[in-house]
Amino acid sequence: MDDVQENGLGWDEPLDRRKLLGKAAVAGGVLAAGGLLGASRAAAGSGADAGKVTAFFGQFGAIAEQEGIRKYVLRGFDGDVDAVFAPISAPNLFVDRVRAEAKAGKGSIDVLVGLHGDFVTFQNEGLIRPVGDVAAQIKTLPPALVKHGKLGTSTQWFVPHSQATYVMVANKDVMKYLPRGADINALTYGQVFQWAKAIRRGTGQNRFGLPASDTGLIHRYLQGFLVPSFTGRFVTAYRSKEAVAAWLYLRQLWQYTHPQSLSYAFMQDPLLSQEVLLAWDHVARLKTALDQRPDDLVAFPVPRGPKARSYMPVLVGLGIPKNAPNPTGAKALIRHLTTIGAQAQILSLTGFFPAVGGRLSKRLSPGLLAESVAVRRQQKAKDAVQALLPVGIGAENGNFNKIYRDTFTRIVRNGENIQAVLREQGELLDQVFVKTNAPCWAPDPSSGKARCKVA
Amino acid sequence: MTTIAHETTRARRRRRWEGLPYWLILPTVVYLGLFFVWPMIQGFGLALRDESGNWTLDALDTMVDDAAFGDAISFTFLLILVIVPIQFVLAMGMALLLNARLRGGGLFLYIFLLPLAISDLAAGIAWSAIFTERGYLNTILEGLGVIDQPFIFLDPTSRTQLVICVAAAEIWRSTTFMMVILFAGLQAIPRDYVEASEVFGAGFFQRVRHVILPMLKPSIQVALLLRLIFAFEVFAVVIALTGSGATVLAAEAYKWQVTNENEHVAAAYSLVILGLSLVAAAVVLVVLRTPRERRLR
Repeated sequence: MDDVQENGLGWDEPLDRRKLLGKAAVAGGVLAAGGLLGASRAAAGSGADAGKVTAFFGQFGAIAEQEGIRKYVLRGFDGDVDAVFAPISAPNLFVDRVRAEAKAGKGSIDVLVGLHGDFVTFQNEGLIRPVGDVAAQIKTLPPALVKHGKLGTSTQWFVPHSQATYVMVANKDVMKYLPRGADINALTYGQVFQWAKAIRRGTGQNRFGLPASDTGLIHRYLQGFLVPSFTGRFVTAYRSKEAVAAWLYLRQLWQYTHPQSLSYAFMQDPLLSQEVLLAWDHVARLKTALDQRPDDLVAFPVPRGPKARSYMPVLVGLGIPKNAPNPTGAKALIRHLTTIGAQAQILSLTGFFPAVGGRLSKRLSPGLLAESVAVRRQQKAKDAVQALLPVGIGAENGNFNKIYRDTFTRIVRNGENIQAVLREQGELLDQVFVKTNAPCWAPDPSSGKARCKVA
Repeated sequence: MTTIAHETTRARRRRRWEGLPYWLILPTVVYLGLFFVWPMIQGFGLALRDESGNWTLDALDTMVDDAAFGDAISFTFLLILVIVPIQFVLAMGMALLLNARLRGGGLFLYIFLLPLAISDLAAGIAWSAIFTERGYLNTILEGLGVIDQPFIFLDPTSRTQLVICVAAAEIWRSTTFMMVILFAGLQAIPRDYVEASEVFGAGFFQRVRHVILPMLKPSIQVALLLRLIFAFEVFAVVIALTGSGATVLAAEAYKWQVTNENEHVAAAYSLVILGLSLVAAAVVLVVLRTPRERRLR
């Protein structure tokens, strides 16, 4: 199977490779005409050859994404781009390599494509240079996102590039099991539980699924969705009685969860095979299913808990390392990556939505359209609260995720006493902040300069 | 005069030839030193020292205290106990089948060799497509009317099922490896012995038990030795089939290195794998020792 064709420009019939290339060239224009209005096309570079530019991607590491980025997104850039990707299985290598190059005193990377949280680490450790001049040149960026790129300082550290989040998807076959009176666009955690239970009763099998394998993103479900929806906090309320209720909820939901969830990494696969009929995952990991079966699947916002409808936004930004060998070329590439054409291609390749302003095209692929509607509803919900990705804990990121995953294993899979587990794991969580001295981030109340504390 | 000169040249030449074997193994020694011995020493250092270079048992403590450690040890051993005996019997049967030189026997060899050409991860993914709930096996069983609801083979709550699934994949994947060694050993057994036992009226099983197996002992030793060492390193098939439903030692080492970013604990795990492999190797070497005078020349 041709990866590019499978995951390529999704707004038309399947195409052959040659047609696809032509299509890619005009894709930006099509999208500009059909949607993304009010965005002017920023010139790629200053017209002059930008020379050799090395771009290091901490995101978009899937093979099909890599290939698409090399073939389509970087096409038309006036210069020679070497695109390097951190492996999906080891996202931490992204920060590691930047750090190692700084230590070695010899940089080879010009542009960094990373998460908001990665840039916090880079800025803390003095690994990146300001990009205010290039951010000012790109007029299409919404000010709210640009402000994120300042990381709470007065200097611009990264240029926002694209964004994503997590939503839920259901097979239309199970709509009949939706609890009576429930609005699918404003579900509660209780209703999701009732739904999963009814599906079990109706189909005889557990058809609710979570991506709980080692490469799945279940830790994000715990960190950004389940726990803050019950506690209204991220870290500080880790051991609260509201948190106990959240874990008790998940333990009960687990009885109606497909046991093979422990081997799922991308929920699009079990949704396509119909092993799972109701699921939660990252939009980029649901996209293929929604694209292939737009008439059978429906995407909708995450549920709300007793305290909030908490969701985790993902913001990808572009920055320049301090020791970049070709900063001029880097700025040209940043301008190129924020053009509508490049942003439209990133959207269709990866499911990450553009940062540049404007209305989304009606000619999006059905999967992306469904996702974009769900994402927008989720963002606009009155009770929505954003739980940001970990900020400023740097090298402890892996450990931070392990603590949540271990808590899940002990409470939900092994059935250990919830209070006891939270007490022990909470101690480990507190140690992360002792080590890194990181302050709290949203939705935890600000701790100022002081480190965040697990109550 | 001329004879003496002649003698010295010959002596010199002989001396040069005496040194040759050492020169010939030098590349291997350098290679092993650089890529095996030195990394192993570094591994010890990583496992037993902290960031600032002080000797410590912290990494070993963390490893032993981790909830997954016991699971990893027990699952690894369980797999070995299930897989290796079955594999040995199968490999022996396959080798005997090939050695019988039946018509079309070459075809068997090709079929047997197929799994060897596939990487372990690819094999794991292929088997996961067979065992997964909407996989080939369930489709076939449903088609035959054996079951009316798909059966969940890869159910993480059932250790037995996971062991059976992983064992099936591993046996399929690596039995040929054992067979190749045993087959080579079988071919080295002179036909006279087998024919002599036939003359004395020994049946097939008597021949296998009293003639072939004893003479095959050195090959069996090698096959078991290598198989056991590989068994402690089993990784990709388990990951592909069970996700985080079950874990083995090598998977934990990988997880600590890559996901948890702690190379000290990862190195501690590799020390455990090294230690267990050494013990297993020693056991096989002692138990299956063949006295020098009984070896085939």
